[in-house]
Amino acid sequence: MQFSENWLRTFVNPPLDSGALGHLMTMAGLEVEEAHPVAPPFSGVVVARIVEAEKHPNADKLKLCKVDAGAGETLQIVCGAPNAAVGMKVPCAKVGAVLPGDFAIKAAKLRGVESFGMLCSARELGLSEDHEGLLALDEDAPVGMDIREWLALDDTCFVIKLTPNRADCLSLTGVAREVAALTGAPLTPAPLSLLPPASDTRRAIVLDAPEKCPRYCGRIISGVNARAQTPAWMKDRLKRSGLRPIHALVDITNYVMLELGQPLHAFDNACLSGAIHVRLPHPGEALQLLNEQNVTLAPDTLLIADEARALALAGIMGGIETGVTLDTTEVFLESAFFTPEAVTGRARAYGFGSDASHRYERGVDFQLQRPAIERATQLILDICGGVPGPVEEARSDEHLPRREEVALRPARVCRVLGIDLDTETMRGLLERVHLTVRDLAVELRVMPPAFRFDIETEEDLIEEIARLHGYDNIPSLAPRGNLAMLASTESARTQWDVRHFLAGRGFQEVVNFSFVDSAWERDFCANDAPIRLANPIASQMDVMRSSLIPGLVSNLATNRKRQQNRVRVFELGRCFMRQEQTAGEVPGFHQPQRLAALAAGTASPEQWGEPARAVDFFDLKGDLEALFAPRTLTFAPVSVPALHPGRAASVFLDGRNIGEIGELHPVWTQRFELGAAPVVFEIDLDATLSALCPKSGEVSRMPIVLRDLALVVPASVSAQRVLDALRETAPANVREILLFDVYQGKGIEIGCKSLAFRISMQDTCRTLEDAEVDEVISGLLHHVERTVGGRLRI
Amino acid sequence: MDNLDQLVIDARAAFAEASAAAALEQAKARFFGKNGLITEQLKALGGLPPERKRERGAEVNRAKAAIEAALAERREALREAELSAQLQAESLDVTLPGRGSAPGGLHPVSRSLERIERLFQSIGFVAVDGPEIETDWHNFTALNIPADHPARSMHDTFFLEGREDVLLRTHTSPVQIRAMLAHVEQTRDCDPMPDLRVIMPGRVYRVDSDATHSPMFHQAEGLWVGERVSFADLKGVVADFLCKFFETDDLQVRFRPSFFPFTEPSAEVDVAFKGGALDGRWLEVAGCGMVHPNVLRFGGIDPERYTGFAFGFGPDRLTMLRYGVSDLRLFFEGDLRFLSQFR
Repeated sequence: MQFSENWLRTFVNPPLDSGALGHLMTMAGLEVEEAHPVAPPFSGVVVARIVEAEKHPNADKLKLCKVDAGAGETLQIVCGAPNAAVGMKVPCAKVGAVLPGDFAIKAAKLRGVESFGMLCSARELGLSEDHEGLLALDEDAPVGMDIREWLALDDTCFVIKLTPNRADCLSLTGVAREVAALTGAPLTPAPLSLLPPASDTRRAIVLDAPEKCPRYCGRIISGVNARAQTPAWMKDRLKRSGLRPIHALVDITNYVMLELGQPLHAFDNACLSGAIHVRLPHPGEALQLLNEQNVTLAPDTLLIADEARALALAGIMGGIETGVTLDTTEVFLESAFFTPEAVTGRARAYGFGSDASHRYERGVDFQLQRPAIERATQLILDICGGVPGPVEEARSDEHLPRREEVALRPARVCRVLGIDLDTETMRGLLERVHLTVRDLAVELRVMPPAFRFDIETEEDLIEEIARLHGYDNIPSLAPRGNLAMLASTESARTQWDVRHFLAGRGFQEVVNFSFVDSAWERDFCANDAPIRLANPIASQMDVMRSSLIPGLVSNLATNRKRQQNRVRVFELGRCFMRQEQTAGEVPGFHQPQRLAALAAGTASPEQWGEPARAVDFFDLKGDLEALFAPRTLTFAPVSVPALHPGRAASVFLDGRNIGEIGELHPVWTQRFELGAAPVVFEIDLDATLSALCPKSGEVSRMPIVLRDLALVVPASVSAQRVLDALRETAPANVREILLFDVYQGKGIEIGCKSLAFRISMQDTCRTLEDAEVDEVISGLLHHVERTVGGRLRI
Repeated sequence: MDNLDQLVIDARAAFAEASAAAALEQAKARFFGKNGLITEQLKALGGLPPERKRERGAEVNRAKAAIEAALAERREALREAELSAQLQAESLDVTLPGRGSAPGGLHPVSRSLERIERLFQSIGFVAVDGPEIETDWHNFTALNIPADHPARSMHDTFFLEGREDVLLRTHTSPVQIRAMLAHVEQTRDCDPMPDLRVIMPGRVYRVDSDATHSPMFHQAEGLWVGERVSFADLKGVVADFLCKFFETDDLQVRFRPSFFPFTEPSAEVDVAFKGGALDGRWLEVAGCGMVHPNVLRFGGIDPERYTGFAFGFGPDRLTMLRYGVSDLRLFFEGDLRFLSQFR
C-alpha cells in the first residue's frame, strides 16, 4: 500500500512530522517499508509564462525567451528546450534559486546574450526522468507561485507493508482511521453525497452465485465525456500511490478504490446486452482480459457476464472488449462485494494479481458498495459530466458476512500479555478502533465493524489491545521456570561434536542445496526414480538428493577452478529416499541425516617437513576410524556407481552397514575434470552420535611379551580376514594384534602377499613363560594356515 | 721443589693439553699406568725404611689424590665441551613452520546455530529436529493456515511430483507441532504438564532466488509452553538472546506488531546496533508471538490451561550481521576462499 502523506493528512492531521508519523504506523503494525520525499530539496523555482520566444542570435539550438515570473517585469532567459513556446507555463528557476544537487542559478551570458534564470524540465527538478523539454504546467497555474506549492511537492510517499489480516488499511480512509485511533486526532471522512438519479436508465442484475457475491451495485451514467482531462491533483495522488494515470474514467475508479478501499469497475455500457449475471463459467468459456491475456475459465472462477458473454473476472480484472475507452459515452459502473473465498487464489492461478483481487482476497467492507458508487458517480459528474441513472442493488442478505460479538475476559488479557490492565482501559482501547463494547461484568462483549475481517476470537482482541496499548509498553521480563537440569548423556555425542571433530581433522563444512540435478542422482546413485519437485526453481535442481557425495564432488570441481587444489570438505544434512512402509514421520519418505566428507589433493598441506603425497583411501579411512574410536569399524569391499570398484568399501558398525567409503570412480573424476581421484565417505549421522561410556578394569603390572608373526597369504585374502582368523583363536592373554607391515614383491611368490603382525601378550597375574608364548604363536599360525591358507614367512 | 709437587704440576699441564677423551686417557697412563710416574713412586716406597716409608707414603698419596682430582676435573670439562658441541651441532631453525595439517572449520551458519542452541540450552531449551519433506498438515493446517488461507500465498512452497499431501517445509514451525505432540505423550502422567521448552533449528525451502533470498535457507524456531508464559516473557527471552548472541548490550531491540497465522499477538523483532556500518538502522531478525490457541489444540494442549510463545530467527541473517557477510548466496556456494575465513 503506497500513498501520499499530504493526501492522508486531508483525512487526519495529527501534530506529528513525517518521521514520527511513520514510526507511529510502524509500531502499530502498519510497517513503513519506505518513506521518500516526492521531490528533492530545491528553492527559488516559480510558475512562469513564456511571453516571447525567439531564436538566439548566435546559436541555432537555443531560444531567447522573455518570461513573466510574476515579478512585474519580464525576465530574459536563454533556453535550449525544443518545446519552449509563447504562452506556455513552465517552472522558472530565478537568479538565486538552488536546484537539486546544490546547483545555484546565477545571471550568466550564454553565447553573448544575458540570461537571468533557467526554465526547467521535470528531470532538472528531480521530479522524473523526463528531459524531453520543459515541464509544461497547467494553464491555470498562477504565475509567480512557488512551484513546490503549486505541485504540492512538499509531500512524502509512504509505502507500508500490510499483513494479510489488515485489509481494512488498504485505503486512505482505513489508514486515516487507524492514525486517528492512535493519536486521537479528528477524522475527516471523504465527502459522500447521495446523488438522486437524473434518468431512469438501468440494467438488471442477477446474482446467480449469491454465496460468492452477496451484494452487487450497478449504475448507468450516460452522456459522459471520456476524453475529459483527469485533474492534476488526482493524477498526482494516483502517481504518488504508485498508479499510472490512464484516462479519467479509469482514474476515477482507481482513485475511489484508494480513497475508500472499494474496487470498482467501469464497463462501456454500449457493449453490454441484457441483464448482468454474477455466475460461474460455462464449460470451456474463455475471456480476453484488459491485460490482453486470454484465459480459459476454471470452473471455480466467478464471472461477471451479460446475457451474451463473459465480461470480467469478478473481483480480479475486466475484459478487454467491454472496458471503458476514450470513446465511451455511457458507463456501467460496478461496485460489488465478492467474498474472500470466491476470489482467493484465483488470480494467482491465472498467473497474475490485481489491486482489486488483492483487496477482495483479504476482505472488503461489505457495507461500502453504495457509498463507493455514489462517490465515484460524483467524481465522474464533476470531471466527465453525464446523467446518472438509479443505483441498482442486488443483494442476498443471508449470504452477506455476519459480524458476531466476541467475548473477552480481562483476566485472560493480563495473563497472556503479562501486564496489569484494567477493564476500562481495555474498553477504551477497543472503542478507539470502532469496536463496539458491552461490559457484562464477568467479560466484555465486543462487536467488530464491517471493515474488520480479523476479529473473530478472543486472541484477536488481545492482539488489538496489545497493539493499541503499545508493544513498547509491555515489559521484557526475565523468564521464570523450574530449574530442572537438562540431561547430559555421556554415551551420546551431539552433531556439534562431530562437526568439530572433522573440522579438527582439517575438513571445512559446506552447506549444499538439498535439491540437485536428476543427472547426478542417475549417475552417482543409480537412482532412476528420484523424488521430483513439482515446481523446481531451475532444471538442474529438479530432484531431492539421496546422497551428499555429488554435492561435495561439485564443490571440489568449482574450488579447483578457483585454484584451490587441496580440498577437504564435509557436509551434514538430510538425504531423501522413497520408502514403501507408511510408518515414520512422513509416510513414504525416509529422510536420514547423513554425514559425508571428501578429501582431494595432497594428504597434508604442502610443507617443508614432509614430502608431498596425494591423499588416498587409507588417509580418509583413518579419519573415519578416528571419528568412531574407540569403537571399531569393519569394512568390506563394495561396488557402487559413484566409487572405484576396487577401492570402495561398505562401513559396518557393530555389524550394521552405516555407509560407504572409497575413491571416486575414474569416470566421474574425468568427467568433472578433477585431476586426481578424490576419496569420499558418506555414513548415517546417527551412527556417529552414540559413544561408549568408559569403564575401568584392572591394569596388569606383569611384563608384556611381544612377538612378530609374518604370514604369507594369497593376495586375494583380505587383511581383515586374517585378522579375524587370528582374533577368533587368540587366548585371553593376547592383548593386541597389530598389523604393522604389508609386503608384496621380491622374496614373495607372485600372487601372494606378506602380512606382519605384532602380537602383544600379557597375563594379569604372572609373567608368561617362553614355552607358553611359543605355544600361543604356533596355535595362531596353525589356525591361519587352516582357515585362510597362509603360511609362515621364512 | 719436591719432585712430587712437580709431578702434580706436570700432570695438570698434561691433562689440560689433552683436548679429547682419548688423549686424556693417554695422559692418565703416563701417571697411573703400569710404569706410570705415580705407580713408580708407589713401587719405590717398598725400598724405604719403615718410618720414612710412612711419611713418604702419605706424600705420594697426596700427590696421587691431587692428580686424580685434576683428572676428574679435566674429564668433566671435556664431557661438558663435548655435550656443548653436540648441542651446538643439533640446533634447529626453530622458526621453520611446524609439521602438520591445516585446520578446517564449521560453516558460518553452523557456528551461529551452535551458539543459538547453546544459549537457549542455558535456560533449559532442548534442541529438536524434524523432517524437511513435511506433510501439508504439519506445515500449514496444524499451524492455523487452512487451505485457501491468504497466508499460504506468502509461502512460496515447493511441492513434490505426484503427492499432494507433502511439500518441502517452508518454515521450522511444523516441528512445534511434532514437539508438542511428543511432549504431551511423554508427560501424559504429569499434572500439571511440565513446561515444554524446545529450540528447533533447520533447513527450510521457498521458491525464491535472488540476492537476498535463497531457495534453501535456515530457520531456528523456539517454543515455550507452560502454565504461566506471557508476551512479557517472550520479549524478555528474545531480547536477552539477541544481546547475548551479538555479545553487546549496546543493542536496541524493538517488537513491532505483525501477523502470523500461528501466533497471536504476533510481532516482528528489529534490532539496531550502536556504531559500525549499520549504526542506528532497524534490521528485522525474527518473528514471534503467543502461540495461537488453535495451534496449541493441534498440538494436543489445552489453550485455556496453558499458554506459550514461539519465535523464529533467521540464522543466515544473524550470521551475516554478526560476521559482516554481505551476500546470502555465499553461504551455499561452497567456495573455500569464503568459508575458510570462519576457522
